[in-house]
Amino acid sequence: MMRIPCPHCGPRAQSEFIYERTLDSVVPLNAPSQEAMAKLFTRNNPRGVDDEIWRHTYGCRAWMVLTRHRVTNEISGCRAIGPEALP
Amino acid sequence: MSRYSAFSLLRGALTGHRHWQPAWRDPEPKSHYDIIIIGGGGHGLATAYYLAKVHGLKNIAVLEKGWIGGGNTGRNTTIVRSNYRLEPLHNLFEFGLKLWHGLSDELNYNVMFSPRGAMFLGHSDADMVKLAERGDAMRCDGIDADLLTRDQVAKIEPLLDMSRDARFPIQGGLIQRRGGTARHDAVAWGYARGADSLGVDIIQKCEVTGFVRDGDFVVGVETTRGRIGAGRVGICVAGNSGHVAGLAGLKLPIESQTLQAMVTEGVKPMINSVIMSQSLHCYISQSDKGGVVFGGDPDNWPSYAQRGNPMVMEGAVAQGLALVPALSRLRMVRTWSGVTDMSFDGAPIIGETPVRNLFLNGGWCYGGFKATPASGYTYAHTLATGKPHALNAPFALDRFERGATIDETGSGPMPNSR
Repeated sequence: MMRIPCPHCGPRAQSEFIYERTLDSVVPLNAPSQEAMAKLFTRNNPRGVDDEIWRHTYGCRAWMVLTRHRVTNEISGCRAIGPEALP
Repeated sequence: MSRYSAFSLLRGALTGHRHWQPAWRDPEPKSHYDIIIIGGGGHGLATAYYLAKVHGLKNIAVLEKGWIGGGNTGRNTTIVRSNYRLEPLHNLFEFGLKLWHGLSDELNYNVMFSPRGAMFLGHSDADMVKLAERGDAMRCDGIDADLLTRDQVAKIEPLLDMSRDARFPIQGGLIQRRGGTARHDAVAWGYARGADSLGVDIIQKCEVTGFVRDGDFVVGVETTRGRIGAGRVGICVAGNSGHVAGLAGLKLPIESQTLQAMVTEGVKPMINSVIMSQSLHCYISQSDKGGVVFGGDPDNWPSYAQRGNPMVMEGAVAQGLALVPALSRLRMVRTWSGVTDMSFDGAPIIGETPVRNLFLNGGWCYGGFKATPASGYTYAHTLATGKPHALNAPFALDRFERGATIDETGSGPMPNSR
């Protein structure tokens, strides 16, 4: 199990968190249909580091961006996001 | 290649079993192949076998970065069935199930296919309505499905907790009697031996590191054992689909996740069929060696790590124990996990890509093993002719932008909600 450094609560067990989607797959409100389609249905899915949106569902319930390596599970960053941070 | 038979076994026994030969060659890669298949799992090897057998092509290579059958082919729960509700899915899997029934004879290799029955459990009125609907859909296409009463389920599996106050009460079930299990490794080895004997080069420890392009066309691959030219290239790498397609600059409707499975110590027969619950997402069967094999949900976040999270394993074990309380007396001897290629509608992707001469077979989610023969057969058709087979045409990569998704669970474009 990973220990996720929540920006609000500090390090917490992964069982308190739920994965939502990758950061680059958030569809901007004014996106043209081609871009919206690509963001909805495709992923970079790298065998390496990616930025992911997780939610501290069973804690502070805030959304955050987790930068994580998908083979080693090493977490290199976790930052808070709000509406102003979304594209 | 010598044919395996009871007679050859007997003759070998008289000479101290010194007659055994390697079942496939270990060739050096040639400089050019008509068709290169990336990925030496069950699907890739089956594709090579049918390309040689059905389409008569000889100059074919299967490139495998590790050893054959070492990925998801060796990491699944060996369940074989075709009981899907949606037409394109059950037609593809039923084609495969028919091939399974003759596979040991076809390959002259015992894949230990055991049609012991694949049974879904129903835990509520709503479950039973859904199971009846699924069974009807299957029977409309001539696929066997029988709705079971509670008593019939109890008769097939006496160890299920059938009490009224069970954690997951059982109201009935839906059984596909022609479904069952097979020996996973034997499937890879049988197809490898068959393909090799028809002239296919199986090249292990050869990882593809890039594609050689000529404009819009792929004309070869860069590998850890040098550059190899190719007429057509077929990707068939399951959990690594996103990574390999990324080498060609493609972004796929696939997210890789981990799926775990586990097995108990070997005991006398206690589970007679394949028990599955889709309301819980739990599947239990007993191997011929006696171990009870079971699994549950995928770890619902992206991962290429071939190891799972205890938190998810605990959930799978809790479900298994609730259904079959006797399992609590068994020791778990081994757990493992594979990288599943979760697609965005839960259905596989087989067909051409935007890059010319580059084809894709992936997105099988956590249900690829049962499809091995059908996947290989139809993908071979696509690679040989450049056109879709009637059975894989609905599974084209561009179905997402056309709005023609094949969403069995109806859960939308979220791989982590399957």
